[in-house]
Amino acid sequence: MRDETRMLLESMGRLFEDHCTKQVADAAETGVFPDALWHAVSETGVPLAALPESAGGADAEWSDLFAVLRVAGRFAAPIPLAETMLAAWVASAAGLEVSEGPMTVGPVRADDRLTLERDGNGWRLSGRASRLPWAAQAGQVVLITDGPDGEMVVMFGDGVEGAVPSPGRNMAGEPRDTYRFDGLGLAGNVVAPVGPGVNRAALYRRGALARAVMMAGAMERALDTAVAYAGERKQFGRQIGKFQAVQQQLAVMAGQVAAAGAAADAGVEALSLDDPAMQEFLVAIAKTRVGDAATLASEIAHQVHGAIGFTKEYSLQLSTRRLWSWRDEFGGEMEWAAKVGGFVCARGADALWPTLTDG
Amino acid sequence: MTFQAFRFDPIELPPAAQALRKEVRAFLQDNAASLGNRRDYDQAFSRRMAERGWIGMTWPKQYGGSERTAFERYVLIEELLAAGAPVGFHWTADRQSGPNILRYGTDEQKDWFLPRITRGELSFCIGMSEPDSGSDLAGTRTRAVKVDGGFRINGSKLWTSNAHRADYMILFCKMAEAGQDEVDRHAGATQFLVDLKNSPGIEIRPVINLLGEHHFNQIFLTDLFVPDNRLFGEIGNGWRQVSSELAFERRPDRFLVLFKLLVEMVRVAGPNPDRATAAALGKLVAQLATLRRMSLSIAGMLQEGLQPLTEAAVTKDLGTRYEQDLPIVARQLFPAEPELEAVDTYVSMLARGTMNAPRLSIQGGTREILRGIIARGLGLR
Repeated sequence: MRDETRMLLESMGRLFEDHCTKQVADAAETGVFPDALWHAVSETGVPLAALPESAGGADAEWSDLFAVLRVAGRFAAPIPLAETMLAAWVASAAGLEVSEGPMTVGPVRADDRLTLERDGNGWRLSGRASRLPWAAQAGQVVLITDGPDGEMVVMFGDGVEGAVPSPGRNMAGEPRDTYRFDGLGLAGNVVAPVGPGVNRAALYRRGALARAVMMAGAMERALDTAVAYAGERKQFGRQIGKFQAVQQQLAVMAGQVAAAGAAADAGVEALSLDDPAMQEFLVAIAKTRVGDAATLASEIAHQVHGAIGFTKEYSLQLSTRRLWSWRDEFGGEMEWAAKVGGFVCARGADALWPTLTDG
Repeated sequence: MTFQAFRFDPIELPPAAQALRKEVRAFLQDNAASLGNRRDYDQAFSRRMAERGWIGMTWPKQYGGSERTAFERYVLIEELLAAGAPVGFHWTADRQSGPNILRYGTDEQKDWFLPRITRGELSFCIGMSEPDSGSDLAGTRTRAVKVDGGFRINGSKLWTSNAHRADYMILFCKMAEAGQDEVDRHAGATQFLVDLKNSPGIEIRPVINLLGEHHFNQIFLTDLFVPDNRLFGEIGNGWRQVSSELAFERRPDRFLVLFKLLVEMVRVAGPNPDRATAAALGKLVAQLATLRRMSLSIAGMLQEGLQPLTEAAVTKDLGTRYEQDLPIVARQLFPAEPELEAVDTYVSMLARGTMNAPRLSIQGGTREILRGIIARGLGLR
């Protein structure tokens, strides 16, 4: 890891630790946007850092941004940080001007369709974008749509008439809001063709990878919490972590957490590949493996904690409810695993080993 | 506080390692007839590898090695295992006996043993387990007594793979005067380099495994004389030495034992499997790709001279779970009545996978022992 990256992660870790308190997390679930947290994160420049300097960014490496997302996942930061990074990437590449503030991006579900039709000098938007993260609280919404001549980016801000999402939440209480458009009128200056390297599939991949990375972080936190608890909680006259049955469970969990971290790293590295099919294969492996790990890791973290882990008061649920939610966002394990399997089967049995090794 | 007990740093294989991969694949193609057979022990194959400098390849040139990197060895090993190459003759010597001789042997021992290993002339087996001492190695009952010019040893070793074919065994035992010290169970532990083919006092009996194969043996040592120059390391230092040997043994190169079953599953699935089949295969491939990556990180740590004990335990534990899942998933996706000698490769691999599965989480440290090591890494013990 580069020194700059290490310093960035240390300072972001401190920032999240200071701001992501239990109170902030609880309040966010009741609909109070954590302005202080967002402001602090925004001041670091991280949300827009991937943009070119000319567009207000810092030409940052995506690998660094994903590393920050892992830290954000570790602290269960209740803000649309990944979404803002991705929205800014999509909008900026299309030449649309991005302003500061929380953003969201979509579609985030493979079966959603958005279509754009010409209407004089403007456009009309129809279709559905379901379960957009923080849509109601995002200052700007960036959507990739099917236009008459290919994919088009649409960006609209607060107070666009006819654009009011219906609210929803994931199991962690994070807003997941659904837009339905029926010929929503948009001015010409908020619509542009997708930029180079950007398309719906690429957005979906990066979204899935963001969730994988955030899950890796959340699992690290759950493991820390479970190991610490096993060292404190006493039953039958000794710490429960001294019982072999508990040690073996935590060892299994640690293995899953380690595998998740390694799989997420591999997915992030894949972003630098030129071949989109290989990129998709490696991101699919990451989302599949991390999602599988999340299931087992959450189960064991709760088992080790006993009843206290099942309470709202105790912090473990901030991690585990996110793990249960994030594993299904931007496609669950079955969807991504089918891509992995489909990819290797299409290449044939004798190509399996070269596919795995010739990266 | 961030959890830092385990380290799996990203590694990029250096160009030399990727170049070696091509060489190894060409070699394997030339030796295609030797691959994928149930016969795993083939000195002629090992000698052909030795000619290329691929046994003891990371060792100093002074002892016949090639001073290649841990990454190159990693690539060689994974290519051999994925291809089902018969590596049994040199496997133990290359992986653990040789490296431990390099670490603890006398100059004379290094000069004598290591070049012979790298030439594919000497094979080794592991003298650790006993009838009453499996995972609990400290409970060893085999005893050595100092006599004029050497040591006299009595006892028995069990589960000794390839003892009936190997030339040498690194024997783990205790000095007789150590007795059964309840306070320091490691006291008096000592190792010897035992010539299995030229020593009176050694009887080797086969223990046939459930596949009907002869790999295991029981070895009876009756007044075995070992000369002073075949004492290995120091008297009483055996526990430290055997821990080092186990660390070499537990390098996680074991999740490719049943790779061919996965290949055959992909073949049976065909180019356009249904979604559920594709997903089930995809989950296995995702596990394997992640294991490779973790294993590669470990090679990186070895290259830095580190001893990644916990990381190796994590990877081996995950690796055996993955391999044991292979036949389970195979049966669900592509039902068949498994038969070892079936002409259909999938059907025979399913039988081999099913019947070999139990040993994977026992050999080289049981699942329970490995998880104990991981728990220690977590600070729980």
